[in-house]
Amino acid sequence: MGELAFGQSGAMDALLYSYMPVVIFMGVALLIGVALIVTPFIVAYRNPDPEKLSAYECGFNAFDDARMKFDVRFYLVSILFIIFDLEVAFLFPWAVSFGAIGWVGFWSMMAFLGVLTIGFIYEWKKGALEWD
Amino acid sequence: MEAFLTTYVVPAVLVLLQSVLLLVVLLVLIAYLLYADRKVWAAVQLRRGPNVVGPWGLLQSFADLLKFVVKEPVIPAGANKGIFLLAPLVAAVLALSAWAVIPVSDGWAVANINVGILYVFAIASLEVYGVIMAGWASNSKYPFLGALRSAAQMVSYEVSIGFVIITVLLCVGSLNLTDIVLAQENGIGTRLGLPNTLLDWHWLPLFPMFVVFFISALAETNRPPFDLVEAESELVAGHMIEYSSTPFLLFFLGEYVAIVLMCALTTILFLGGWLPPFNFAPFTWVPGVIWFVLKVCLVFFMIAMVKAFVPRYRYDQLMRLGWKVFLPLSLVMVVVTAFFLKLTGMVG
Repeated sequence: MGELAFGQSGAMDALLYSYMPVVIFMGVALLIGVALIVTPFIVAYRNPDPEKLSAYECGFNAFDDARMKFDVRFYLVSILFIIFDLEVAFLFPWAVSFGAIGWVGFWSMMAFLGVLTIGFIYEWKKGALEWD
Repeated sequence: MEAFLTTYVVPAVLVLLQSVLLLVVLLVLIAYLLYADRKVWAAVQLRRGPNVVGPWGLLQSFADLLKFVVKEPVIPAGANKGIFLLAPLVAAVLALSAWAVIPVSDGWAVANINVGILYVFAIASLEVYGVIMAGWASNSKYPFLGALRSAAQMVSYEVSIGFVIITVLLCVGSLNLTDIVLAQENGIGTRLGLPNTLLDWHWLPLFPMFVVFFISALAETNRPPFDLVEAESELVAGHMIEYSSTPFLLFFLGEYVAIVLMCALTTILFLGGWLPPFNFAPFTWVPGVIWFVLKVCLVFFMIAMVKAFVPRYRYDQLMRLGWKVFLPLSLVMVVVTAFFLKLTGMVG
């Protein structure tokens, strides 16, 4: 499939044009998805009644609204995730330029990882990772 | 005008054709992997599995597709209709989109962008939105609980996957998926004086990360033994309970596309992509794309076997494994790998 002859004018243009196939690909994927989701609304037999349209709750009528309180630990997990995912995001450029940054670059990242590890140990000791 | 045609229209049409080709091949491959999954599962339990539609049941997946399309689509009265229908679309389209950058052979990627692995990582992270939207929009208790669990599970294991990718990047020095495969042409084997073989691939030097990636991939895609999201005995079907007809099919499809994507990523990161296992005849006569598909099928077979004989985890065990075992382990491995590369001067 090889190199494409998209826009030859300038580096920025070339960079943007290299993403053109991604957009086209997503467009095709979206088309397939929309076609699949629309088809049964056209071809399938529909006969709704109140029982069929009620929310599933093991055969009971729904007791109350489903948007209820939930365990705070799910919230905690998402916060922890943000910290560590950002850490990974910082590691990406470091890993790619690893050969060019020397020992200074290496130890800077080690210091950063060290600080995060201390935070991680604190979370662990505080019981933020317990689920029982 | 002619310049416009040759610079923009012709390449766009070419890309369009490539995209359609890749998607069609991918979807047919998934139809048969789905069939293989059921057959493997059945064989382990001494059942026959699907064997009625077509010879040996080979047309089962297509029969399922037809059945889904003519089923009645039910939208619960209490649901937010827009988001309810958008959720399966998000799940399926995002899972498919990640395939745009996967190189199935040398130069055979629809989009050979230089941040390929970052793109795949980003798209894989977005997949959690399909689940969350479905759980919230259904306005029913089981989907809500299932979506919460699923979201927490997916983000937990994404962190370990991120660290695994970092270790591979340390060895490669590029985010381009094609470069990652080509970096595996030489490795431990060639350093020992052997010809280019499967010993050069990343699975050998990074074996612990290979295992962590494989297990995290299972958890990330909600495969058994981590399918707590749709644990039949407690949550019935998780976020998919209220779905029927093709909206359900799209979730199902998205799940399998994501699983095969993880197989493809394992192949690219650790199993040498399209490279032949032995770089001499007759192995080099086989085109790269065949090797790629074979490796994907091999990884998928391992995933199918795990489904067949590993019992389901409990939720606290799952979170403990993710946060207290895989996260520290992969973090330590990043540091160890970096140290090793720095001390031996093997950085590319």
